[in-house]
Amino acid sequence: MYAFEIERPTSVADAVSALSADEAQPLGGGQTLIPTLKQRLAMPSKLVSLAGIEEMKYVRRDGDVLVIGGGTTHGRIAREAAEHFPGLAALAGKIGDPAVRNRGTIGGSIANNDPSACYPSAAMACGATIVTNSREIAADDYFQGMFTTALEEGEIVTEVRFPIPEKSAYMKFEQIASRFPLVGVFVAKFSDRVGVGVTGASNDGVFRWTEAEEALAGNFSADALSGVTAPPASDMIADLHGTAEYRAHLIPVMTRRGVAAAA
Amino acid sequence: MTEVTMNVNGRKVTRSVRGNELLVEFLREQLRLTGTHVGCDTSQCGACCVHVNGELVKACTMFAAEADGAEVATIEGQANADGSLNVIQQAFQDYHGLQCGFCTPGMVMSAASLLKDNPKPTEEEIRHHLQGNICRCTGYHNIVRAIMAASGQETPAVAAE
Ligand SMILES: Cc1cc2nc3c(=O)[nH]c(=O)nc-3n(C[C@H](O)[C@H](O)[C@H](O)COP(=O)(O)OP(=O)(O)OC[C@H]3O[C@@H](n4cnc5c(N)ncnc54)[C@H](O)[C@@H]3O)c2cc1C
Ligand code: FES
Ligand code: FES
Repeated sequence: MYAFEIERPTSVADAVSALSADEAQPLGGGQTLIPTLKQRLAMPSKLVSLAGIEEMKYVRRDGDVLVIGGGTTHGRIAREAAEHFPGLAALAGKIGDPAVRNRGTIGGSIANNDPSACYPSAAMACGATIVTNSREIAADDYFQGMFTTALEEGEIVTEVRFPIPEKSAYMKFEQIASRFPLVGVFVAKFSDRVGVGVTGASNDGVFRWTEAEEALAGNFSADALSGVTAPPASDMIADLHGTAEYRAHLIPVMTRRGVAAAA
Repeated sequence: MTEVTMNVNGRKVTRSVRGNELLVEFLREQLRLTGTHVGCDTSQCGACCVHVNGELVKACTMFAAEADGAEVATIEGQANADGSLNVIQQAFQDYHGLQCGFCTPGMVMSAASLLKDNPKPTEEEIRHHLQGNICRCTGYHNIVRAIMAASGQETPAVAAE
């Protein structure tokens, strides 16, 4: 790792001002950033640790919306979202392993937008709102391709608001070595629409499979998908873990399973 | 350099740390607590597992500066007050839950965090909890049996899966 200093503010306001320094970068749970620093793929002058900011750690229900602080760990979301939004709690409880879940945060995951990250699929399927220290951004506008988001330099994800579906399920086809999804599909059924968010598959990062959403809106059953063609393999990631065709094939398979499992 | 103070295995320590100093480097190199191992240094293997404020973390993927003010527990603090092995450690010995022993400190710390929240885990829950702890020797069966035994349960003769 290159040398840097660590600052530990205790409020969002202090973190924002610490981040105005040249080459300063936020540190969430560090579960992605620390490995990146070890590979010398990042060279911040200063890391601003968000872990001491209590006002960014909460899971609370506000009517039909589950509101989660950007500094909340996966482990806490798995526990505290279970009663209100079991599909999201199950997603959080399957990220990495217990030690990763005790440090990694939803804000870090949403900010990083790894093409295989789990939360973005739920955020897209539910039509979540990403809240930062300065504005609110709809999920559809926020995720802009692999590792690319609408965030500006020094902007902090302080909250994520998920409309709570009637039924939902996250189907993760695990890449067994990394435990990230090879393909992950989040299915969310609302009274007036269905959302299908797909992660791990596309070269453009997380996306909504709108053809499936339309088919499922009229008939929320796995059969409704029989006439729907899978997203084209030409858009999919190909690597040693799976070909583009394999990933494309997994999307309808995991979507069907999600519809069948939705609770 | 910043000054940090933490309580490690019940002992208050104050030291200067670099910004990029990992908690595991701090424990091993500054405090000479070398029971916490570094297997992969990429948060895959769990050999470096310790508890920070009662929660299981991988000490290779946390900075020492972030543990300022925290309670840290490592394998060196696990034995009973009289120096005898604690119930989890003893079960690892009794059930051959270790061979080379490299993964064992992390396995014991991980098991302790499971049993704190779930005193009678099922075999499946134990296997799920150990997902972030890799053992190259035992094939896991005897580790699972040891944790079943440590939690006062019948141990499966031949583990499933
Ligand atoms: C073994 C292992 C398995 C994993 N498996 C999965 C998996 O199955 N699914 C999955 O989705 N993830 C997985 N992860 C990744 C994990 O979820 C990370 O915790 C997450 O991607 C990053 O969150 P973090 O809080 O650790 O962020 P960090 O690593 O601290 O930061 C990541 C990036 O986001 C920025 N950042 C952090 N917080 C904020 C914020 N609040 N606002 C703005 N920017 C911020 C940082 O500057 C950095 O660029 C795994 C990680 C490991 C180590
Ligand atoms: S050394 Fe920390 S997880 Fe392997
Ligand atoms: S006993 Fe050798 S790695 Fe587990």
